[in-house]
Amino acid sequence: MRKWLALAVTAVMALGVVACGSDDEESNSGGGGGSGGDLSGNIRIDGSSTVQPFAQAAAELFMGENPGVKITVGGAGTGDGFERFCRGETQISDASRPIEDDEVELCKKEGVDFEEVQVASDGITVFTNPGLEVKCLTTAQLEKIFAPNSTVSNLSEVGPQLPDAELALFSPGAESGTFDFFTEQINGEEGVQRSKGIQTSADDNVIVTGVSGEEGGLGYAGFSFYEQNQDKLNAVSVDGGSGCVEPTSETIQSGEYKPLARPIFMYPSAKALKQPEVKAFMEFALENHQEIAEAANIVPMSEQQATESQSKVSG
Amino acid sequence: MSVAEARITRLAVERSTRGEQIRELAFRAALLFSLGFGFLALAVLLIDVLLDGASLISYDFLTKFPSQIFPERSGISSALQGTLYLMVLTAVFIVPVGLATAVYLEEYADRDRWWNRLIEVNIQNLAAVPSIVYGILGLTFIVRGALDLGAVLLAGSLTLGLLVLPVVIVVAREAIRAVPSSIREGSLALGATHWQTIWKQTLPGALPGIATGVILALSRAIGETAPLILVGAIAFVPFNPDPNPAEGQYSAIPITILSSVSNPDSDVQALASGAIIVLMAILLVMNGGAVYLRNRYEQKW
Repeated sequence: MRKWLALAVTAVMALGVVACGSDDEESNSGGGGGSGGDLSGNIRIDGSSTVQPFAQAAAELFMGENPGVKITVGGAGTGDGFERFCRGETQISDASRPIEDDEVELCKKEGVDFEEVQVASDGITVFTNPGLEVKCLTTAQLEKIFAPNSTVSNLSEVGPQLPDAELALFSPGAESGTFDFFTEQINGEEGVQRSKGIQTSADDNVIVTGVSGEEGGLGYAGFSFYEQNQDKLNAVSVDGGSGCVEPTSETIQSGEYKPLARPIFMYPSAKALKQPEVKAFMEFALENHQEIAEAANIVPMSEQQATESQSKVSG
Repeated sequence: MSVAEARITRLAVERSTRGEQIRELAFRAALLFSLGFGFLALAVLLIDVLLDGASLISYDFLTKFPSQIFPERSGISSALQGTLYLMVLTAVFIVPVGLATAVYLEEYADRDRWWNRLIEVNIQNLAAVPSIVYGILGLTFIVRGALDLGAVLLAGSLTLGLLVLPVVIVVAREAIRAVPSSIREGSLALGATHWQTIWKQTLPGALPGIATGVILALSRAIGETAPLILVGAIAFVPFNPDPNPAEGQYSAIPITILSSVSNPDSDVQALASGAIIVLMAILLVMNGGAVYLRNRYEQKW
């Protein structure tokens, strides 16, 4: 029957494309021929989308030297990442905040032990539209703007010397580790923030576009999003009690940029660290953390922090 | 007709033409505006994406793996093949199940029984359930829980299959209903059994409509992002999907688009445009196929 034939041909064609692809895969994995690559296995990484570029860059460099190892990196978010990790679905979990008590509890219940390893640094950066000239805000002023019951709509309401400008506020959404950390540091309680007169987005690039596009735009996101868009944004220094500190790679790495500088982590499970390829990968990532962070546009950690992390992985 | 009557009629016609003309014009302007609005939005989107992404499209883009370090050498091989494989498996799942359900509901089910009416209402409602709900369902019952498949391609396509199954059933039922009952009655009168009538007369007649419905359902499935994230499709997968769909991890084009767009690096963001073009090209081919099937095999009764 011709009609059935037409259907069958469509299906076969689609299958053909997939089949061709499988051939490629074999030739790719065989053709590496790098140095000392006798490690093999799969490593599954999931978690924070802030850490994802770092994990991805590390995976690429590592796989270049060890073609037998296949590493996948997801960006489900810190919380979802831990949920998968504690169920044993991933070997390494990326996190832009330390693991929380209820997550530790879940991991314990499922019998998953882990190490907390810092891999880089980040500083949540508050930025405004270049037309809105704000040099510095204190944490108290930030709280006034972002507190759950805040009704501030004009910047002059939080400080008399600040410009008289209607605000257009932007922030990451509740699923984000950046949001968790910012609200904890600024509003004193994790996860609470004004819900009126603010636009939230899971995509930090939307925050950048929003702030750079609206006259009174003010928002916050990870440092790399500011760094990549310096021409469109004005970074606000933050005064955490000891004077205004500008967010730069140096002040973030040293922790001087208080209280919004934060370490970012990878959590390998204890079981996975016993596998040679996972251990080798973590050691590789820490040894080359500077180069990887640069490739991923993330602030590297200090050498002292790197040494501390290395001892956790090797120990 | 008297002279007076004729005059009144003419006056009425003249008066109405003046009013009608204005209304006619306004109506036409409104139609053009609606058309232009939809068309313009689409055109702006297409041009924007093409300007950003057309230069990216190359053989390498389709056959290389994603790269954070060298975005300019990055490709979508694993996502493209993941998406194609997902679609094939989804089709393999939805065609028999959707068809069998539609045949049952149209040919066998007794509408006077309350459970059959309940099934019908449920299927229609399921078509309107947000896709994320299917993602949660897939995660709880397919990836974990009852089936416990893990975050593999098979789980992804089963979830997408569930998502579009109501659409397939509704379309297949329409197609079966469109086959005139004279065909069935003729077949039965000649001594064919119920089953023979369905298999040899009703289904072949309904096939073009069903095939179109399946392709349109797949076009919906191909762009789904939220359920795939939940059931564990992953952005950075440096290898093509395993031929065994119950094995190994996979990526898909919508996931690549989402992940590229939220990357801080603008070079990586640009990759999203390239991936969107590829996705649209696949969609175009699929929809073209649907139009072709309909025109080529449609039967006039």
